Amino acid sequence: MMRSSPWLHRRRSVDHVMRDVLFALIPGAALSTHLHGVGVLWNLLLCVSSAALVEAVLLHMRQRPVRKHIADLSGTLTAVLLALSLPPWLPWWQPVLATVFAVSLGKQLFGGLGYNPFNPAMLGYVVLLISVPVNMSAWPAHTADAASAWPYVFGQIGVADLDGLTAATPLDSVRTGLSQQLTLGELLPQLDHHHHLLLALGWLIGGIYMLARRVISWRTPMAMLLGLTLPAALFSVIDGDRFAGPGFHLLYGATIFGAIFIATDPVTSSTTPRGRLIFGFGVGFLTWLIRSFGAYPDGVAFAILLMNICAPMIDRYTPTRVYGTGKGLSPKLRRPS
Amino acid sequence: MAFSFFRSNTSGFRGGIVLEGHKLYGEAGQTRQAPIPAELIFPLEQHIGQAARPTVTVGQKVLRGDVLARADGLISAPIHASTSGTIAAIEERPVPHASQLKARCVVLQSDGQDQSRAEPLWQVPENPLAISHEALIDIVRQAGIVGLGGAAFPSAVKLNPKDTSATDTLILNGAECEPYISCDGAAMVENADDIARGALLLKTLTHARQVMVGIEDQNTTAIASMQKAIAKLGDGCICVKPVATRYPQGGEKQLIQSLTGLEVPSEGLPIDIGIVVHNVATAAAIWNAVANGRALTERVVTVAGSGVKQPANLRVRIGTPIRDLIAFCGGYQPDVEYRLLMGGPMMGFDLAGDSLPIVKATNCILAGSTQDLAPPPDPMPCIRCGDCVEVCPAGLLPQQLYWHARAHEFEQTQKLNLADCIECGCCAEVCPSNIPLVQYYRFAKTEIRVADQERRKADQARARHEFRLERLERAKLAKEEARRRKREELAARQAAQKAAASTDADATASKAPPSSTKAAASPAVQAALAKARQRQEMERSESSASQPEARKTAKSINALDALKSTAARPDS
Repeated sequence: MMRSSPWLHRRRSVDHVMRDVLFALIPGAALSTHLHGVGVLWNLLLCVSSAALVEAVLLHMRQRPVRKHIADLSGTLTAVLLALSLPPWLPWWQPVLATVFAVSLGKQLFGGLGYNPFNPAMLGYVVLLISVPVNMSAWPAHTADAASAWPYVFGQIGVADLDGLTAATPLDSVRTGLSQQLTLGELLPQLDHHHHLLLALGWLIGGIYMLARRVISWRTPMAMLLGLTLPAALFSVIDGDRFAGPGFHLLYGATIFGAIFIATDPVTSSTTPRGRLIFGFGVGFLTWLIRSFGAYPDGVAFAILLMNICAPMIDRYTPTRVYGTGKGLSPKLRRPS
Repeated sequence: MAFSFFRSNTSGFRGGIVLEGHKLYGEAGQTRQAPIPAELIFPLEQHIGQAARPTVTVGQKVLRGDVLARADGLISAPIHASTSGTIAAIEERPVPHASQLKARCVVLQSDGQDQSRAEPLWQVPENPLAISHEALIDIVRQAGIVGLGGAAFPSAVKLNPKDTSATDTLILNGAECEPYISCDGAAMVENADDIARGALLLKTLTHARQVMVGIEDQNTTAIASMQKAIAKLGDGCICVKPVATRYPQGGEKQLIQSLTGLEVPSEGLPIDIGIVVHNVATAAAIWNAVANGRALTERVVTVAGSGVKQPANLRVRIGTPIRDLIAFCGGYQPDVEYRLLMGGPMMGFDLAGDSLPIVKATNCILAGSTQDLAPPPDPMPCIRCGDCVEVCPAGLLPQQLYWHARAHEFEQTQKLNLADCIECGCCAEVCPSNIPLVQYYRFAKTEIRVADQERRKADQARARHEFRLERLERAKLAKEEARRRKREELAARQAAQKAAASTDADATASKAPPSSTKAAASPAVQAALAKARQRQEMERSESSASQPEARKTAKSINALDALKSTAARPDS
């Protein structure tokens, strides 16, 4: 095509966007390492390197420019998001498997960057959640010694041998407690909220950075938090013993991380302004539904994948109002005669 | 009243982007008089509408202000000699147009005298404000004034709405939103009085209730100078309205929204909501035409960009070749590779060379360095970030338009209001995937236009074909009908003869009158049918009937039908 106007272009490209998101993840990742140990970094290493490798192979097979698409950093970002979602201690092949799945079936097989309907990181995460649920719920207790986990990572001991090193996550323990007819009044005080508050703050700092850099829109995260906290508030008022309030849902699980870094993935979420509100609200509401009534303690990943399916339809039914059409039709100015 | 729909100030328009100005404001922007070149070129089509028709012949001597070509039709504008000299040629020359094609031009050899016509082409009124609306339209038309903001729409047409009392608000557009362009800014500083008087003239003669002059808030010198000039008029209903410095603030629809909060209906015109917009320089040109009898023969042009040595605002005679202006600005920067654009870097088009002339629509010649106007990196796939949606001033969904245009789903693009795209380029400017979005839209618009034309042609052909089939069918029916009637008549006659024979034989039978009506009708019917048959045969011989002929046939068939019905009535 012959070049024509506009002749000016902002010096900002896909890799700048991805880099900004990676920068935004630094505070949260650092805090997570501080709280969960070097396992976090180990996972990052495993995921990022296997993502690069798999992506390079697939791009080569698809006869696409390998270097250009590795350099767009989208694969790296997927790997980092996946790694930060996983428990820090896992048999080494599990993060690798999840990454391979995310990059190949989640992204490249759909046509690569921009064409994947599902969030690849969440696909990889859910694959592990369904295949190895016991490993996926083994989060290290913060009293645990990282060195003692390496035999587990390399398959010398099983997850059952980790007893005492891992602790149930807050969502897990509340879930178990509720099923044992305990009330939230008894369960909540046992939770260690400092630790989670700190982590949430880490992600929030990244979110503010991305908002300032205009990498994400405020709509999706805000709507997701609203979709989660509104029903939570309503039901905790109705039955405070069984339904946790908004604070609990905001603080624990993948809420803040998901709202800021996962639901905002441009490729797989809605693109229209109103669509983003609906998409975010849907993610929040489904998360609450799954957490409150579903079979899994956390529901962010499932909620996001479910809303990913709806995104194209949401876009279709939430068009922007075009200048000079619809409600904007202006009344005619009339000269007073 | 109308006031309730007005927002008090400039809350602005939807979307848009902030661009680096690169403007020649203040001293740097002072207008310099460009020299008169040896040869001037006047493309006959330098306005929207019909090309002008040359009224001069090669070798003819003309003075400044003489008509070179007259307006052809309602939406057209005459072209005047911008200096004195001899007509050297009327021929095809490359013209400044996005298509880079050649078009007919009048070429004028300057004699260096720069003599003007002694008499204006129209009568100059003693009090410009006292003339009639019709007289104003006539002068503006004769003066060849077109919108000087870049669109070059004949101003007289804009001044002549169907409903002459429709103009409530007049907006003067002084919002030069594109980077580099500052010719209107210079005019508002140096020519403020003419603009203000033009505003008053337009307001008085169109009976507008108010005039707003929209100027970008960063152009403080222009705002101050216009405020001063307007204060001199002593008309409280004319005011300067600073608007946000944001691209594309100077877009007609955007400026209307910024100033009034109203939106021009999709596929409509500003006058539909009681608004007329003129560029500030156009207002000054109108004043000059009415008060001083001057046709449009010069304009201010910004010569800018890092490819030229001394960027400047120049008062230029229409028809001056670009290279003369570049030379006057010190020539090109020797070490800078440049790209020559007409217009700004957001909506301008590139020029094939600098031998092309300045036309009425030329607000800027940009010799932008290839670094400043560097092509973006290779496009990446769309990541659906939605940045384009945020900046689109028309409220469109650029990325969805792109998907559909790319997939050749033009109907979908129409459903998404592609026609409302003003091609401002904001979406492409912000796109992190560097997709040439506007080019996709232009492509889709062209395809839709072509398909429209083809469909119209096909519709005509189909209508013609269906009409022919119908005509043949009716002819066949008429023939059968005629045969049947003939048989009946024959039978009736035979029966009558038989009856007559039997009465003769009987001689005593009572006299039953023969069906007199039938007998009376039959000669007339026969004559008509014979005529009709003849006609049918003639028609059959000219089987490829064009439309007017088809219409004639229709008439003859109608006549046949009428005859048949009158002839048949007595029968029943």
